[in-house]
Amino acid sequence: MTGGQAGRLRHAEHVMGTVVSFDVPACAGEEVPACAGEEAGPAGDGVGGALGRAVRWLHWVDATFSPYREDSDVSQLGTGEVSLAQCAPELTEVLEACAAISVLSGGYFTTTPDGRFDPSGYVKGWAIERAAAMITAAGSAGHCVNGGGDVQCVGDRGSGQPWRIGIADPLRAGSLALVVAGRDFAVATSGVAERGPHIVNPHTGQPATDLASVTVAGSGLTLTDAYATAAFAMGSGARDWVESLDGYEAFAITSRGADWQTSGFAAYLA
Amino acid sequence: MRRVILTIAGTIAGLVALLSFKSHVPTVPSASVSTTGGSGTAGTGSTGGTPGPSSSPATVPGEFPMGSLAGELTVGETAVTGQLANTVYGPVQIQLVMRNGKIVKVAVLRQPMNTINDIRIGDFAFPKLIGETLAAQTAKIDAVSGASYTSAGYIQSLQSALDNRA
Repeated sequence: MTGGQAGRLRHAEHVMGTVVSFDVPACAGEEVPACAGEEAGPAGDGVGGALGRAVRWLHWVDATFSPYREDSDVSQLGTGEVSLAQCAPELTEVLEACAAISVLSGGYFTTTPDGRFDPSGYVKGWAIERAAAMITAAGSAGHCVNGGGDVQCVGDRGSGQPWRIGIADPLRAGSLALVVAGRDFAVATSGVAERGPHIVNPHTGQPATDLASVTVAGSGLTLTDAYATAAFAMGSGARDWVESLDGYEAFAITSRGADWQTSGFAAYLA
Repeated sequence: MRRVILTIAGTIAGLVALLSFKSHVPTVPSASVSTTGGSGTAGTGSTGGTPGPSSSPATVPGEFPMGSLAGELTVGETAVTGQLANTVYGPVQIQLVMRNGKIVKVAVLRQPMNTINDIRIGDFAFPKLIGETLAAQTAKIDAVSGASYTSAGYIQSLQSALDNRA
């Protein structure tokens, strides 16, 4: 579905088992040549064209990395049907990045969360960040891409106003816990998903139960998302861990309804 | 409040259209709101709203009209009917029942042929979604970050209300 008020480009794409929402508020037609799709951007097709390419990129990521598709590179690599060399080169890039994050998080970030190979904790944020970058390359100075609750904001929302991102309250469906605001930043929340297996603490093998949700804010969604995933698995130890990470802040709601935040998180409060 | 009603009617029309699950077809929902009757006397309701461009309320083949709630209003309730929104999925028309400035019921007067036909307004999440939409508008947010939702979960989510607002 694509649409919106005059000048604002919005699109929601069903992909990767979720919905990815695009929002380009400053597409005021002729005022912004990039949005008019006329000879703007490296591909010469403007923001609209970049949006189409971003959508195709997401579907390619889905086909290549989905652990729910038997014929994806991830599934075939996981079962040993193919070797890494036979996979798309992005697999190598992703695996190397995941290994580094696993080390950084003391093993709480893992590509085998259920015992089978699944790098989704990295792939989704990475795919969204790259989709947003495609739109930046086409000339958009401000846009927001939300991949199922993990958000990459580029620039601001126009008129110098920061992007405002509501953080869902994990204990009260439909309500917001708080609102964060910023420019050129990413927000990722990890918590008990509406469906699917619980996030497991890889060290104990048991579901992670300390936290109802944890939200990490940083500059790029790839790492922000991966750190949020690791932080949720970590539970109460996540606060000190994110505190130690330069450029990342966290806010969490515990299973009992209390909350904590890292020392720099206040800079994001709206 | 009128502006909010207008936005919500547009949001819901867009959502009903989205529920048809057609793939990647652009939609231009253009609902606006006309307030129908609703005087204060007990038991008086308003007659059903006038559809927009099409003059005749007769059923178009392929549509599944639901009855107007205007005949069932109780004291203090008003029926507010949006104009016919000609989305690419098909025509959608929403009716809201207001009481004391709050939306208490939603009726889908017209919906496209391929929508999920078991939308029972009482059971469906529209009232919850409306509350969420109002909250989101109050907070003036651009997007929602939360634990990952599935495609089906998205439909009833705050993010979909934001994506569909006029």
